[in-house]
Amino acid sequence: MRAAGVVFLAALLLALPAAGANVQNGKRLFGRYCVSCHGPNGEGATDQKTGGSAGRNQTVFKGAGPSLKGVGALSADFYLTTGYMPLKRTGIQPRRGRLLLGPEQIADLTAYVASLGRGPAIPHPHPERGNLSEGMHLFTEHCAGCHQVVARGGYVTHALPPGLGEATPTQIAEAVRIGPYVMPAFSEKAISNRELDSIVKYVLYAKHPDDQGGWSLGDIGPIPEGLVTWFIAAAVLIAVCMVLGKRLRA
Amino acid sequence: MSRAKDTLLSGLVLVVGRGRRRHSSRSDATRVVPDYDTNPGAETAAILLLLLSALCCAGFLVVYGVESIPHKTQYLGLALGLALVSIAASLTIVAKKLIVNEELVEEYPPQEHVGEVDLIAQVAEESGSRFTRRRLFKLSLLAAGGGLATAALAPALSFGPLLRVKYYFGTPWTRGRRLVDEDGKPYKASDIEEKNFYTAFAENANKEELGASLVLVRLPKSTLDLPTELQGYDADGIVAYSKICTHAGCAIAMYRVPTFTPTEPRPALICPCHYSTFDPAAGGTVTFGPAGRPLPMLPLEIDGRGFLRAQGNFNEAVGPSWWGVRNRKPSP
Repeated sequence: MRAAGVVFLAALLLALPAAGANVQNGKRLFGRYCVSCHGPNGEGATDQKTGGSAGRNQTVFKGAGPSLKGVGALSADFYLTTGYMPLKRTGIQPRRGRLLLGPEQIADLTAYVASLGRGPAIPHPHPERGNLSEGMHLFTEHCAGCHQVVARGGYVTHALPPGLGEATPTQIAEAVRIGPYVMPAFSEKAISNRELDSIVKYVLYAKHPDDQGGWSLGDIGPIPEGLVTWFIAAAVLIAVCMVLGKRLRA
Repeated sequence: MSRAKDTLLSGLVLVVGRGRRRHSSRSDATRVVPDYDTNPGAETAAILLLLLSALCCAGFLVVYGVESIPHKTQYLGLALGLALVSIAASLTIVAKKLIVNEELVEEYPPQEHVGEVDLIAQVAEESGSRFTRRRLFKLSLLAAGGGLATAALAPALSFGPLLRVKYYFGTPWTRGRRLVDEDGKPYKASDIEEKNFYTAFAENANKEELGASLVLVRLPKSTLDLPTELQGYDADGIVAYSKICTHAGCAIAMYRVPTFTPTEPRPALICPCHYSTFDPAAGGTVTFGPAGRPLPMLPLEIDGRGFLRAQGNFNEAVGPSWWGVRNRKPSP
């Protein structure tokens, strides 16, 4: 019974990560930066249709954004600390960019979004507890299809999975749970917190992988390797042959 | 130590002395190969390059032996590479500047036995005089040769199944077969969450088999837009498709699923090889890329205990396409 109480208290504390944050200030910031798309009180907006097709069989919306009730501190923290939000205009893929808000303002805004409804708290991954080999295995299975095996990013039709060179451990854990933009989400059933620690450890490792072989060529696979083979190695070999050989007189 | 030094020195003296003696003894004899001037510069360069190669090899040993050197692989490669390049350069100098060589041109001899050529033609002509049915013989030869060529080309039929297509239509999926994960644990419908992406296999089947693997996703029931012949293939919004792309047979490894449907791209299953893109809400129809036909869909049902089971076989042949893949449907 007492243990249950402790667990409950811990859960409560985890659910309020920004206890010192100023929810009122967060609300002010929300009114200034977010309300035009996410609606008053974060209810979302979907009905401001302006018609037409954007080339992907989709109606064009102006100032439309999802409801933020119940997305929790996790989502808000991810989208704000990466600079994904505020979005330049609706309908485009959010990209990592310059942060509009300072860390305290982000904490305030996150606390406000978290107060809109019960939602997941900001995760605290422990990459030091993870296993690098298991992390690579899991990353290859779940993530590498889009993000590339050394997390340099890749292509999906209609979207660009980003490279993870600038991702922090918390952001990696958050992205796995919510699946930002068109990324699938992975619940704790699919990837446990322990496995997530390993994945985070691998992504951190992949920022500066151990290039035993020498020149990594940007870690982007066989195309630059082929270019080096054909345009550098082959050119050198042909030059050597021309120096060594003797042209037959006609 | 001193003994080793003595041995080395005496050996060096012997080698050098022997070379000199040989040079003096042959100098007055008549030469076979034309006499060219010596080229001390090239000789020195060749010797220095060989010594450089030896030095690089010594460097290789040092790098290999000393534990604290950083970037060992790179230095090892550099040392070995330089050693090989110096040997090659030295040998090139030897071949081009030091070895004596000359070019000789020899004309073809005039044609001999001019009359005998006609004789051979006559002999060949007369040797065939015992054949009376020449035309039939030639035809028979043609038949034999053609038959052999056809037999040799017959295995090319394996590029696309024409005769034995049963393997491609038969899959492990039968009515009631459960869906299991990579470790063989059966999937419950409640395990499958929206926005998530799962790989499933047929229970107790060989995972390597072409038709055994599935992609499994749950879509909001309101967004499902299955064609009429595929109505009822989903189980409470859960849809299952063959994981093998219908274009070239790669595994469908990417799932695109929007966080906010109105402004973001529709859900899609994407093959990483050539970006064939399939719409899971519309029965696996192709929306982009080189695939020529939809992903085969597996009809699902949920049993009384909540496990996911197949209702039957796929609606189409699994795997990459071939001529005539649409002519037959898999047996249910």
